[in-house]
Amino acid sequence: MNAPANNGFELSSLLDAIFKKYHYDFRQYAEASLKRRVAAALTHFGCATVSELQNQVLHQPHLFGALLEILTVQVSDLFRDPSYYKSIREKVVPYLQTYPSLKVWVAGCATGEEAYSLAILFAEEGLLSRTLIYATDINPSSLRVAEDGIYDLRRFARFSQSYLQAGGRASLSDYYTANNSSVVLDRGLRKAILFSDHSLATDTAFAEVELVSCRNVLIYFDTELQDRALGVMRDSLRRKGFLGLGQRESLRFSKHADAFLELVPEERLYQRL
Amino acid sequence: MNELTAGKRVRAIVIGGSAGAIDALNVIVPLLPEGFSVPLVLALHLPAASPSHVPRLLMNKSALKVKEPDDKEPMVPGHFYVAPPNYHLLLEKGGCFSLSVDNQVHYSRPSIDVLFESAADAFGDHVVGLLLSGANEDGARGLLRIKEAGGLTIVQAPETALVPVMPGAGLRVAGPTHVLSAVDIGALLASCEPVRVAK
Ligand SMILES: C[S@@+](CC[C@H](N)C(=O)[O-])C[C@H]1O[C@@H](n2cnc3c(N)ncnc32)[C@H](O)[C@@H]1O
Repeated sequence: MNAPANNGFELSSLLDAIFKKYHYDFRQYAEASLKRRVAAALTHFGCATVSELQNQVLHQPHLFGALLEILTVQVSDLFRDPSYYKSIREKVVPYLQTYPSLKVWVAGCATGEEAYSLAILFAEEGLLSRTLIYATDINPSSLRVAEDGIYDLRRFARFSQSYLQAGGRASLSDYYTANNSSVVLDRGLRKAILFSDHSLATDTAFAEVELVSCRNVLIYFDTELQDRALGVMRDSLRRKGFLGLGQRESLRFSKHADAFLELVPEERLYQRL
Repeated sequence: MNELTAGKRVRAIVIGGSAGAIDALNVIVPLLPEGFSVPLVLALHLPAASPSHVPRLLMNKSALKVKEPDDKEPMVPGHFYVAPPNYHLLLEKGGCFSLSVDNQVHYSRPSIDVLFESAADAFGDHVVGLLLSGANEDGARGLLRIKEAGGLTIVQAPETALVPVMPGAGLRVAGPTHVLSAVDIGALLASCEPVRVAK
């Protein structure tokens, strides 16, 4: 990034402007990685300074979508970290089986892979027919991809392996139809998931759910915003409900740690007290 | 060479490497004195899916606590931190770690450039950057950033490295302050003093 001397206040001015004009709040994102993404945006838009970038996105709203793509990180996989899903199967499902109906919230779902992984798992455990999965994100183009449930076929060799490692009971190919280069996930899975726009930075709790899965989203927040987001998740969870985080995310540094019990510490699975 | 570092106050020693770097660390780490209190932070290229064996590889060599940090974990003295596989590891101004799953840099996650650039940004001239043996050019730009911020930059002398590509790139791109063998690197690091952080 150029002009390092001005970096600090140029960056905060850009984030203020984005918030005021577009109501996306990046002001409390973890600074180190956000700065790298802003630097990437400068290259993408051919701007020499952050102020120049600010100027462009404020006056040309059609550019904001592209900026949002760069500022949010859309990496996801089906059954990413198979042991996480295996633990849900073994340690969480037995509790969930006692409920007559279930709601699950996947917060920061990106292009949908995490929500579909849970839908497949729930289907195999006989829970899907009484489950509604809410999957939310702030990135509208990712939400559209998620809703379509269409993915690149080349990713599925790896996904199939992860599915089996996650304790899958059949074959992943039972859940999709493949054509030349892409895969369409089954309608039955798609029907169980409601994708919608929700920001952990600015919105509040929206439903009472039995399970929240929020993986690799909190890493992009500073500790204060993490506390806010975790507060929203806590408020959305019924008592004894479950919370799953990313493999390297932890409640240890949060003020909400006391509201949860560590259910499977290695997999970052918690239970609300 | 120790005159150059005498009194050098350091928040973190950031280290990068790939093939051959563990061999160098096996020489360097035992040379650090007991009670060495500048935190060390390593980004090492690993096959993405493999569980990390680095903590175990280093464990026996040192009285330091070897650890893969969680997101937002505060960096504390007496530790040798290792970037977890498949995440970038970054340092924040407040002295804690952040992780990210942003795209690979130089085909790598963790990337050395990402760690080094964040360290330079967070701690300015209170950083030591060390680039060891390795097979790609990741880390060279980050080392330059550390140098520009006034930090101490060290490259393993390419002719002493198992794989010279990475230190060679560091040498060319960053013009580091020191080019040394593993033994001399150990001695130099041993002379670093921690920054006392006001609470
Ligand atoms: C690395 S992806 C994680 C995807 C998925 N959870 C997984 O682990 O595979 C991070 C996601 O968080 C979303 N995100 C970023 N800020 C957010 C916010 N304030 N509220 C909700 N989602 C957010 C991004 O748009 C992105 O889709």
